[in-house]
Amino acid sequence: MANVLVCVKRVPEASGQILLTDDEQSVDARHVGWTVSAHEEAAVELATQVVAATGGSATVVTVGSSDAVEQLRNALAVGCDSAVLVEADTTAYGPADVAAAIADVVRAHEADGNAYDLVLLGNDAADTGDFQVGIRLASTLGRPVVTGISTCAVADGVVVARGEGPDGTEVFELPLPAVVAVMEGGVAPRYPSIPGRMKAKRAPIETVVPQRVPTGSGRVRWKLPPPQPSSVEVLGTGPEAAPAVVDLLERLGVVSR
Amino acid sequence: MTPAGVGVLVETDAIGTLLVSQEALTFARDLAGGRPVHAVVAGPLDAGVRDTLLAQLGEQGVTALHHATDDRLSTYSAAAWATSVVDVVTRTASCALVAAGTPRGNEVLAHAAARLGVAMAANVLTVEQPDPLVVSRQVVGGAVLEEMRLDDPVAVLSVAGHALDPTPAASPTEPEVVTFAPTLSAADLVARVVRTEEGVPDESAALASARVVVGAGRGAGGADGFKDLISLTELIGGALGVSRVVTSLGWRPHHEQVGQTGSRIMPDVYIPCGISGAIQHWAGCSSAKTILAINTDPEAPMVTRAHYAVIGDLHEIVPAINDEIRRRRG
Repeated sequence: MANVLVCVKRVPEASGQILLTDDEQSVDARHVGWTVSAHEEAAVELATQVVAATGGSATVVTVGSSDAVEQLRNALAVGCDSAVLVEADTTAYGPADVAAAIADVVRAHEADGNAYDLVLLGNDAADTGDFQVGIRLASTLGRPVVTGISTCAVADGVVVARGEGPDGTEVFELPLPAVVAVMEGGVAPRYPSIPGRMKAKRAPIETVVPQRVPTGSGRVRWKLPPPQPSSVEVLGTGPEAAPAVVDLLERLGVVSR
Repeated sequence: MTPAGVGVLVETDAIGTLLVSQEALTFARDLAGGRPVHAVVAGPLDAGVRDTLLAQLGEQGVTALHHATDDRLSTYSAAAWATSVVDVVTRTASCALVAAGTPRGNEVLAHAAARLGVAMAANVLTVEQPDPLVVSRQVVGGAVLEEMRLDDPVAVLSVAGHALDPTPAASPTEPEVVTFAPTLSAADLVARVVRTEEGVPDESAALASARVVVGAGRGAGGADGFKDLISLTELIGGALGVSRVVTSLGWRPHHEQVGQTGSRIMPDVYIPCGISGAIQHWAGCSSAKTILAINTDPEAPMVTRAHYAVIGDLHEIVPAINDEIRRRRG
C-alpha cells in the first residue's frame, strides 16, 4: 500500500495572446481561464495509477488562493481521494516558499498518522518555470528525488521511475519515501467521469493557513518580449509554389543544385 | 587574494562539450568580467573527449577544469553532480554558478541551490544589471520575460538553450586541470541511474542537432498524414519534429516534439508544415536560422514570424515539393 501526495498549481491558460497585470507581477487571466500544467496532469494520473495498483490513497495539494479549489476538485474528479488547500496569497512566494509550505503539510499529515510514501509534482510550473520545487521539497524532507520522469510504479518499498536521458530511457529505483517530479508524455491524463465529477463536487477540502513568512521570489517584474514585425516573403500559394520552394532550398544549400 | 570567480557545470557527450554548455561558458565569461571561470565536469572522460574538451574550454577562456572523479560517478546522479559543483564553488569561493538550461543542468543547479540555501534562476537570457545582479529569464513557456534579482552570496542560474551564440574569448587560455574526489555521501547516490534501457535510441538528440528539420502540426490531419513529410525529410536529409498537439493526440512519439516541453532545435532551415506557431512551440524553434512555413492560414503566427511562407494545404504542397526535388535530380 502506498499513500501518494500529488502537488498541482493553478496557472493561467497561456495558449493564446497573453496580457500582464498592471503591477507587472503576473499574467492577467481574467479573460483566459485557469488550468494546471500538462506535467501536473500526468502527475495526477500517475498518482491514481500507483494508488490503484497498491491500494493506498491519493491526496492532492495546492498552495494558492481559494480559487484554486477548482483545480483540486478537477483532480478529485479523476481519482484523487482527498484534497488540501494551503490558502495563501502566493504573489510573494518563491519556489523555496512553496516547497516549505508543502513540506509542512507532509509533516503535519505524518504526525496525524497519514504518512506519504511518494510525493509527485510537475517537473516545472507552467507560469514561473522555476524547475526546483520538487528538489527543494525533497531536500527539506531529507528524501531522495528524481526529476524529468515519464512513468513510475511502486512495489516492495521502492519506486521505479523512468525518464528520457541523453542516451535513452534512464531507470531509477528510489527507496520510499521519495519525491518524483513528472514530465508529460509518459501517461495520458484521463477524462473525469460523471460520477467522478459528482463525487468531487461534494468532497470536503482541508484548508490550511501557512504560518511562515515567505522569503520571496526575487521577481522584479514581468514584461512581454517586444513584438517582432513580420518580414515574411510569401513564395506562393498551393502546389504551384513547389519550384520556388526548391529554388530557395537550393540557395540555402539544403538541396544540391 | 584571487578574485571570486564563476563556476560552470559543463556537460559532455561522446565528442566533447555540448553546444549548450559552450553557450553557458560564454555567458559565464561575460558575467565574470575578467575574473576566473571554473569549469566543472563530473564523471569519467575518455582521453579523446578530454583533449577536445580542454581545447573547447581554452577557446572559451576558461581558467581551470575541475574534474570530479569517483567510480560512483560512472552513472548519473543529480545529487552527486551537485556535490561536485558545490565542492568547486566552495573551494574557489565563486560568487556565481552557471549551467546550461538542460534537464540535467536545471536538476543539478536546483540541488546545489538548495544545499547553498540560495535562490536559483532557470532559463536566463541576459544580465539586466550587474550589481546587484538582476537577470532576465523565460517564464510562461517563453512568452513572458521575468526580471529577477539574484542577490544571494552565490548567484545560481541556468542559461536558456540557444539564447546566445557561443563566442571564443578574446584571449584563449590553457586551462589548468584540477582532478578532485568530491565529498560524496551515501544519500548522493540513492537517486542514481541504475540502468539505461537498450533499444530506445535517443532520437531527440538527433533532432536537437539536425541541420534541417521538417515540422508537422495539427495540419497533418492524423497518424497517417506524415508519409509525404517523412519523404521530404529523407530527400533533404533532415529530421522530423512535431508540435505538442501531434504527440498529445498520439499521432507521433513524444521524443519528436519540438517546444517548451520537447526539444529545442536550432537548425539552419526549419520547415514547419501545418503548425500554427503557439508560443510553446515557438520557444523550441525560434533559434532556427531560416524558417519556411507552409500553412493554410496566412495570419498564423508561424507564418507571420517566418522568413518565407507558402500558403495552402501541406498535403498538396509537400508532395509537389518532393516531386520537384526528384525531377531536378533526374
